[in-house]
Amino acid sequence: MTARRGEDERLPVKRTAKLYVGGAFPRSESGRSYEVFAHDGRSLGWAALASRKDLRDAVVAARAAQPKWAGLTAYNRGQILYRVAELMEGRREQFVAELADAGAADPARGVDAAIDRWVWYAGWCDKIPQALGGTNPVAGPYFNFTIPEPTGVVGIVAPPDQALLGLVSRLAPAIVSGNTAVAIASETAPLPAVTLGEVLATSDVPGGVVNLLTGRVRELVPWVAGHMDVNGIDVTGVPDDLRAEVEELAAENVKRLHRAPEVDPFSEDAQSPYEITALMEFKTVWHPIGA
Amino acid sequence: MSQPASIRPHSPTIVPREAARLVAHTVAVDAVGLEERAASLAKRSIKKDAKLWALDLAIRSMDLTTLEGADTAGKIVALCAKAVRPQPTDASIPSVAAVCLYPQLVPVAAGQLSGSGVHVASVAGGFPSGLGPLDARLREIAEVVELGADEVDIVLNRSLFLGGRYAQAFEELVAAREAAGAAHLKVILETGELGSYDRVRQASMLAMAAGADFVKTSTGKIGTNATLPVALCMLEAVRDFHRQTGIRIGVKVAGGVRTAKQAIQYLTLVHETLGDAWLTPDRFRIGASSLLNDVLMQIDKERTGRYQGPDYFTID
Amino acid sequence: MTDRTNDRAPEAIEHASSGPPAWGYAPAPESTEIVRLEERYGLFINGEFVEPKSGRRFETINPATEDTLAEVADAGPEDVAIAVEAARDAYERRWRERSGAERAKYLYRIARQLQERSREFAVLESMNGGKPIKESRDVDLPLAAAHFFYYAGWADKLGYAFPGRDPSPLGVAGQIIPWNFPLLMAAWKLAPALATGNTAVLKPAETTPLTALLLAQVIQEAELPPGVVNVVTGAGDTGAALVDAPVDKIAFTGSTEVGKIIRRATAGTGKRLTLELGGKAANIVFEDAPLDQAVEGVVNGIFFNQGHVCCAGSRLLVQEPVFEPLIEKLKARLQTLRVGDPLDKNTDVGAINSRVQLEKIEELVASGVEEGAEIYQPECVLPERGFWFRPTLFTGVSQSHRIAREEIFGPVLSILTFRTPAEAVEKANNTPYGLSAGIWTEKGSRILWMAERMRAGVVWANTFNRFDPASPFGGYKESGFGREGGLQGLEPYLRLDGANGSGS
Repeated sequence: MTARRGEDERLPVKRTAKLYVGGAFPRSESGRSYEVFAHDGRSLGWAALASRKDLRDAVVAARAAQPKWAGLTAYNRGQILYRVAELMEGRREQFVAELADAGAADPARGVDAAIDRWVWYAGWCDKIPQALGGTNPVAGPYFNFTIPEPTGVVGIVAPPDQALLGLVSRLAPAIVSGNTAVAIASETAPLPAVTLGEVLATSDVPGGVVNLLTGRVRELVPWVAGHMDVNGIDVTGVPDDLRAEVEELAAENVKRLHRAPEVDPFSEDAQSPYEITALMEFKTVWHPIGA
Repeated sequence: MSQPASIRPHSPTIVPREAARLVAHTVAVDAVGLEERAASLAKRSIKKDAKLWALDLAIRSMDLTTLEGADTAGKIVALCAKAVRPQPTDASIPSVAAVCLYPQLVPVAAGQLSGSGVHVASVAGGFPSGLGPLDARLREIAEVVELGADEVDIVLNRSLFLGGRYAQAFEELVAAREAAGAAHLKVILETGELGSYDRVRQASMLAMAAGADFVKTSTGKIGTNATLPVALCMLEAVRDFHRQTGIRIGVKVAGGVRTAKQAIQYLTLVHETLGDAWLTPDRFRIGASSLLNDVLMQIDKERTGRYQGPDYFTID
Repeated sequence: MTDRTNDRAPEAIEHASSGPPAWGYAPAPESTEIVRLEERYGLFINGEFVEPKSGRRFETINPATEDTLAEVADAGPEDVAIAVEAARDAYERRWRERSGAERAKYLYRIARQLQERSREFAVLESMNGGKPIKESRDVDLPLAAAHFFYYAGWADKLGYAFPGRDPSPLGVAGQIIPWNFPLLMAAWKLAPALATGNTAVLKPAETTPLTALLLAQVIQEAELPPGVVNVVTGAGDTGAALVDAPVDKIAFTGSTEVGKIIRRATAGTGKRLTLELGGKAANIVFEDAPLDQAVEGVVNGIFFNQGHVCCAGSRLLVQEPVFEPLIEKLKARLQTLRVGDPLDKNTDVGAINSRVQLEKIEELVASGVEEGAEIYQPECVLPERGFWFRPTLFTGVSQSHRIAREEIFGPVLSILTFRTPAEAVEKANNTPYGLSAGIWTEKGSRILWMAERMRAGVVWANTFNRFDPASPFGGYKESGFGREGGLQGLEPYLRLDGANGSGS
């Protein structure tokens, strides 16, 4: 696994890769874990293998955190998300190494893009309603306006490739509006997601806003798709042969379904305010005008 | 509102039908503005001698409270000792205003506090819900006064009030006023259940008009206790009532006041809203249990310049 | 008068230590140690602090003590020309081609640094301008940082602000700001200009240059390319030189009188212009208003920043049924205002910004007395040195009085009455100004009905003097044109003539 160390060399302390649920780092309640390998076959250690009960707990945590997260001012949420980018810069080397292990062609670029993506979406917090909501000139003595609001708790199935950028590109637009999320990380390269969880835990993002599960996508996806307390689901990382099943399961509580457009993940087209509104509701208010 | 000049001291100022109208016509409260004002007053900085004076007043205005099902005579004896001499080694520390407890323990406290100047305050009238039979509630009020309570803390009937039966809620308070006789009557609004500041203000007006000596925020028995904006809302109602009738009503904040800093924030609200005439135990009280030692610690901090530790203060 | 509490108390509660009430706020001055003042400040041009070619300097003082704080360079036409040239060069060579994402990151850095050093800025702002530390600490600084933060977020999203257009920067912006919110106005000007890809030459007000110069240091530390922001200090002549310089845009906040001069000076030059000028706002209280909060709003509306606020609620219109209780509450509230040392954390009303301004206020107040309005001022002891004015109410004011028509820009409130909503509208709009208005009523439909009819750029309902970077600000009529803040605040710094529908 690693080269034999000299006698004077210090023995490093290894990380245990755990789930990130409700601001804490539990192991899977199932007690299971799975070995993670680098692209060249080296073992990178073990990650927690989340069960449906872990998913259930994650949804409970996300639901509990949602009203407060959405209740923060947009400005405050924006600053908190910007700080995620600040903290990711501090872990840059670790992310680069993990992406290199995962076989990324240009790991540094992947990390840069992921950090910049947080910054880009952070800036949207207090602009979405201005850019995409508005007042409606109805024919009558009414003040009528439309505001976008978060849909609630969303499930995210991160794309299996682009272990960091792919996850961030799904997660950031989901939570900037005030949703909370339960995300299932890339199955084959879960470690950048675990590190991201550690970044989030030390950021000002409240516990429960982001919950990260590692494990078998096929095992977890039907449970999140069928969960009656999940309002929306980003199915970008759902394997093709599971799509129909997921959409059927999602029908039971009429989940909002969203899949990212198939574009170069590094390009500017991979980020858009419509990625945010895909998991939002539009609310229209009527109010009479009269002395 | 009817004229105050000729009323007897113990009478409500209006009749029930008017009370209902009074509630309907109470001036509105804007929640955002109220909370901003409370928050800005909470930032006032009080230092040195002024702080020591405020801390002293916080003790003098304190209703040292225990309202547990597990309260015993032994617990009350200990609490009364603490109430009379909060800091046994320091004679400059004043006694608290009153000890607040359940009816059954009133005789114990009355015996302990006799001649000390510290009052006996009893909850009564079906505390904390106020939903028992009316005659039983009234009897309880009369009984605690007979047993030696100087002050009675009763609850507003929120069931009637929130149900819009203002006249009936008012009549109950008037009856309670009569049952309390010469004792000091505090009416607990249980503001955490009222849902809005408008309601807090309306309930304050109703209780004052019915003859309350004090309006009090909370029972301490539900999740939401006294808050600065709620207290400010009640102080503003008291200010208007005074302006309209010439009668000065007291305010008691209760529940959740644990630190000297909080106590000073409440005193600041009183000072800024009602003026120094209300900075007296006759018109302002804080109902609390753990607050006392924090105030004592802060007083020692001010005097010695050292931050204090809890091991140096008696628990009761 | 009966006192139920005393009548009924079985025995008066007295303890050994209880004496007469001795409530008070001991002085709680904010330490000035955090501010490191230099003896003399240069001009900030091309990323460096340089000596003025003019060779002239002037002293800047603390209006609360009249002590000199520092010497500041007085930029002459040559200095302004150099600054504009530096800005032009930076625009052509360094800034216009930067990606929006990169511009955003610079602005985020500035925002963060303002937050980091906010106490230092706040203390300096209060020292140089006379405003209470609680305002510079709780309003000016957080808002200034928020402004940079907000516009940082737009820098890389301009296409979404103007769908179907391809926004491009104008070039060099000359920005002239007033003394009432020195740092905040600098932020209002610089943040959108830089976010949209312009470079800037900023001229702070003569009496309050210090926080803009400290901001220049922050900009230096943020490694903003040299010349992107330049700060030239000076008085009216410096401003005039900037207006006449080869800039692409002038943004001015200040008096209507000077605004008109600038409009004339730029006539025919093709320079883009935004003006944020004076005001004489009506704060309208209906009989169903939440009165205690309305009192706070009225007080905040006119005594915030000593009334040195262009959108101050300087005319109070009260519906007749609540005139008496409102005035009574207002007078009582005035007694609790604490006037004095701006650096004391408990101070509500600080020093008047300058002797000139104090004299102007005194002159207008004298005219109010002379014209027959009834004056009310609370008792309060004013410091001997420095520039001070008591919070002042005028009742019995009519529309024709000077104090009802002219901007006083001080802590002076003129009170009028009205009977119907229509009359309130008529009186509120009966002014050449149109910056802001306040409406106090519990009735939502009336708020909207009134708001529809107010000829003012900002209408506050059941609140007053609220500001947010996301919320556009600016006036109707002689209060100026153009908006600052919000999505609308981008447009004055952009050319929108391209149309290619790009979404990013």
